[in-house]
Amino acid sequence: MAVYDRRYRGYTGTITPVNTRWMVLPRFAWAQVFKARLFTAFFTLCFGWPIAATVWIYLHHNFAALANVGFDGANLAPIDAGFFAAFMGVQCFFFGGLMSLLVGPGLVSPDLANGALPLFLSRPLTRTGYAIGKMATLAVMISLITWIPGLFLFFLQSWLAGWGWLVANARIGVAIFLGAAIWIVTISLLSMAASALARRKVIAQTYLLGVIIFGTIAGQAINVMFHTRAGFVFALPELMHTVWEGLYQVPLHAQLSPTVAWVALLAVCGASIAVLGKKLRAFEVVK
Amino acid sequence: MSVPGAIELQGLGVRFGGRPILHALTARLSGRAIGLLGPNGAGKTTLINTLLGFHPPSEGTAVMHGHDVKTDRASLTGTIGYMPESDSFIAGITAVRFVRMMGELSGLPKEAALERAHETLQYVGLGEARYRTLETFSLGMKQMAKLAQAIVHAPKILFLDEPTNGLDPPARARMIRLVKEIRDSGQAQIILSSHLLRDVEECCDEALVLKDGKIAFHGNLEEERKANKKFLQVETRGDDRAFAAAAEAIGCTCALISPGRLKMVLPEAIAVRDLYKIAAEQAVQIRRLDYKRDSLQDIFLKAMEDPRGRV
Repeated sequence: MAVYDRRYRGYTGTITPVNTRWMVLPRFAWAQVFKARLFTAFFTLCFGWPIAATVWIYLHHNFAALANVGFDGANLAPIDAGFFAAFMGVQCFFFGGLMSLLVGPGLVSPDLANGALPLFLSRPLTRTGYAIGKMATLAVMISLITWIPGLFLFFLQSWLAGWGWLVANARIGVAIFLGAAIWIVTISLLSMAASALARRKVIAQTYLLGVIIFGTIAGQAINVMFHTRAGFVFALPELMHTVWEGLYQVPLHAQLSPTVAWVALLAVCGASIAVLGKKLRAFEVVK
Repeated sequence: MSVPGAIELQGLGVRFGGRPILHALTARLSGRAIGLLGPNGAGKTTLINTLLGFHPPSEGTAVMHGHDVKTDRASLTGTIGYMPESDSFIAGITAVRFVRMMGELSGLPKEAALERAHETLQYVGLGEARYRTLETFSLGMKQMAKLAQAIVHAPKILFLDEPTNGLDPPARARMIRLVKEIRDSGQAQIILSSHLLRDVEECCDEALVLKDGKIAFHGNLEEERKANKKFLQVETRGDDRAFAAAAEAIGCTCALISPGRLKMVLPEAIAVRDLYKIAAEQAVQIRRLDYKRDSLQDIFLKAMEDPRGRV
């Protein structure tokens, strides 16, 4: 039908598979977030540290290049689990955290505020599909700046150091992926839950910041008042440190037992899913 | 046995928090356009939400075009178009992106969705405004954008919840024209919920009136109109009893409402001029003669007045 032919006409063309429909959501969401130049600049900046780390690894294997500028390569910090843990720490907690704060709160709240959920859910898209689609928006973006460059550096190091290094340090590769995946799932769910609770992006951002910053402060206050370390369960960064310490097998000065940290992280994710389950509905029943 | 192309409600009941909202609705809706009527809180939107699968029925079944809304929702959603009553849009995107996105979510490939988004926006009269963001639209334009997203994928069943809400007369006329065009195209069965009887009367051939979550009236409006074709209200001067008796003698059914006022139903073979002949023979003057057919308003009011809740 041409645009000048103003008649109602049916559609007889092909239909896309139902299980791929959720992918439409992140595609449109990315187009939306990258319209902001400031965000695009931030996203570009997120690759600064991976580029610096790439150069670092290259120089490690090219002492001659360092010698040309009068630097002794033997003084460089080794490329080991600690190096990758530090690299991933910056990428996940700083850049990934900022990205969650910028993108996450805007994922669900505008749809709730503008009553768009009935439009989505009256289509071949379930509530789970909607949540996965929205979560994928953030998860893919954080992945691009965390475990994907992390694994790139890991394989670059393996390539330059040889097959033996890869075999001996395979657990670092696993830690890079798993550590980032745990963080991405947790922060994405938390961002979406904050977004679903608030109908405005700014308020959702405040909620998210509140959970991370005020959780840490409240945890410290509990520790001081009751002379305990149990307050750290409210500090999301501490929970991640504990889990990462086990994965990378490097001392990160974790204050909790791994079991407690895992249970607390699962509780955070469970609570976020419960909030999403309650809020992501086509309509609200007023009792 | 469910019938393709029809919506069958069998003892459909819906409860929210233990409170019954819809009570054992049983009906077979097979019209091209079905009007859903009822006062506020009658359960119109709840019925639509149930048919859309937003929540499962508490009891009974609802089968649309051969698919149960509870157990076979996945097969249904691709064939449904829904225009909600309340403000529903996606912030920060243009109308064409909005409609395209909804088309893609309904299963159209990217290129087809983009093409149909442009066509649909042209069709609903938003061609010139399609690159504007939805927040800048007036209420009437938002209504049209909602209609566009509901029809972009050419659904088989189209739910329109108060489509003329907040529209000025020209915009309302345009909306009604579009709904009629879609109905007449035969491509979609329309379920139109409205509190405006005129909208339903103009667009629909079948009506379901709800009252307190129960069916107060269900019928084919076309048949109602045909049945009432020969229904007359007559005002006379003279011996109205003799006139009524003479009219009954030739097969008319008469009821004396008050002195000089009669209601008559004429058989197919009797024409109005026959009444004038009888009146002349009985020396009765016919002062006024109206074709009186039960309008939807009469049907609705009767349904609302009936204490049993059913006409």
